Amino acid sequence: MKKGNGKFTIGMYAASIAVTLFVFLLCVRAGSVDVPLRELFNSPIIMSIRVPRVICVALSGAALSVCGASMQGLLKNPLADGSTLGVSSGAALGAVTAIAFGINFPGVPFAGTMILAAAAAFLSLLLILTLSYKLDHTLSTNTIILMGVIYSMFASSIMNIIITFASDRIRSIMFWTMGSLQGSGYADAAVLFAALLICGTVLLLHSNELNAFAVGEDNASHIGVDVKKVKLAILITVSVLIGVCVSIGGTIGFVGLVTPHMVRIVVGPNHKRLLPISMFAGACFLMISDLIARTLLNPKELPIGVVTSIIGSLVFVYIYARRKGK
Amino acid sequence: MMLCVKDLTVRYGSFTALSGLSFTVDEGEWLMIAGPNGAGKSTALAAIAQSAPYTGEVLINGEDIKKLKPAERARRVGVLSQNNFVGYGFSVEEVVELGLYSRSHDGSRSVAATGREEGHYEKNDISNEERLTQALKLVGMESQRTQSVLTLSGGELQRTFLAQVLVQDPDILLLDEPTNHLDLIYQKQIFKLVSEWLKTPGRAVVSVVHDLSLAKKYGTNALLMDHGALKAQGLASEILNKENLDCVYQMDVYQWMHDLHSVWED
Repeated sequence: MKKGNGKFTIGMYAASIAVTLFVFLLCVRAGSVDVPLRELFNSPIIMSIRVPRVICVALSGAALSVCGASMQGLLKNPLADGSTLGVSSGAALGAVTAIAFGINFPGVPFAGTMILAAAAAFLSLLLILTLSYKLDHTLSTNTIILMGVIYSMFASSIMNIIITFASDRIRSIMFWTMGSLQGSGYADAAVLFAALLICGTVLLLHSNELNAFAVGEDNASHIGVDVKKVKLAILITVSVLIGVCVSIGGTIGFVGLVTPHMVRIVVGPNHKRLLPISMFAGACFLMISDLIARTLLNPKELPIGVVTSIIGSLVFVYIYARRKGK
Repeated sequence: MMLCVKDLTVRYGSFTALSGLSFTVDEGEWLMIAGPNGAGKSTALAAIAQSAPYTGEVLINGEDIKKLKPAERARRVGVLSQNNFVGYGFSVEEVVELGLYSRSHDGSRSVAATGREEGHYEKNDISNEERLTQALKLVGMESQRTQSVLTLSGGELQRTFLAQVLVQDPDILLLDEPTNHLDLIYQKQIFKLVSEWLKTPGRAVVSVVHDLSLAKKYGTNALLMDHGALKAQGLASEILNKENLDCVYQMDVYQWMHDLHSVWED
């Protein structure tokens, strides 16, 4: 088993950037309106609609993947992710609540939605982890996932009630449960970029600590990691990033779950490599999913979450079977 | 006095796992904690390592361990636990390298603050890479340094974590049944290795052991525990005697050991 144990070269990053750029160009070019490559960036439709959308998709994919990878390391749980832990549903509930009750901060567009989404995501995580801990002090994978799934259903139900009563102000249930980045613009891209830049940096700076947690929380404490402080910092960071993603693109499942798994097969579990490469892989995965979502049944568009869930679940079954020895 | 434990008590709900344990460990000492299952031996180690909630006091060189930052604590106290399951396929060296964490995160540490001898610091001049290789060599894992920990046997994993704590290079080593998963070769090797490690000034070892022969051979001091309480303490050579052992284990320990040994006699 050599699984990424060799010295990781700069080449891998160069390749990741190249592949991501290639996928980006492919996704910008392909779509319901076909534009020749040479005129691609002169076309107003492409520049005002498709480019910002693909940028948002790429940034969301990167963000969700880095969050999934971080949670999987922190909780030493390969099934941890915003969608399995109920964090995304929590964030969606927060966002919907903000919109329904008109909670906003004057002067800052969509700040209310995002802040409430991030806060709800964090509170959801806290609630799920506390409940799991009360039930099972070892915080085993099964307990956490079970609590997450149950909480997810609960949060979705509450959200659906709110949407039903305030359907005039809130986008469809489909958007919040399956996600979509249709119609997202440069402003969304800027917010996503800023969130990813800040939160991604915080997570990358915690690579060492995440490695320690992935080996074991007790071990992390023994080697001198400030377990409580680091855990809180990572959980808050992840919640903020998921909150921002959800308030812009709804809940897009499976990206954060599947991408780190695929990346781990190639580069190993060391978060110094896993986190950055997961960002690129997540960006590519979501851009391709979005491409399929908008071209497969052209002119009808599928919610992006439908595509990620289909691809994601298939890939996941494959990975799981492979791990269990075929 | 390097380690001073005062009135250490651990309660889980209404159950008292450890009650009023007090002892001290001086430089150069190897304290063996022995006793039957459920005696509170591992609980005592966990409390000292700050992994279990406790009342009472744990002082490291006179300082309350609770007041130390995690990285400072790790520079003084290293732990080798009984069960080390790693969830992901990290390489052996990646796991061992984590032992260096407290070095890079303990900015405040100076020679004066550690209470270590000047001369002792000579060996700290070596690079982290050398430190890593040295530890891997000592535990016999150097040839497997790039291997995934998921493919290791219990003994190899135990030696990997021992290398991690050697890299961490603490003043006090807490070992919870260090040779639990190890075959005779490594059992011997690890006890020899730890007694070598202990020869450097400013160090002490506390370990939980089941093998009373090992406890008596390597221990300078010993605690005998039963049902969460201390039954006897003193020099290992003195307190690990027939009277104390029979009382704590409620059986004829000497006879049993004799029976075991006699199978090897012609």
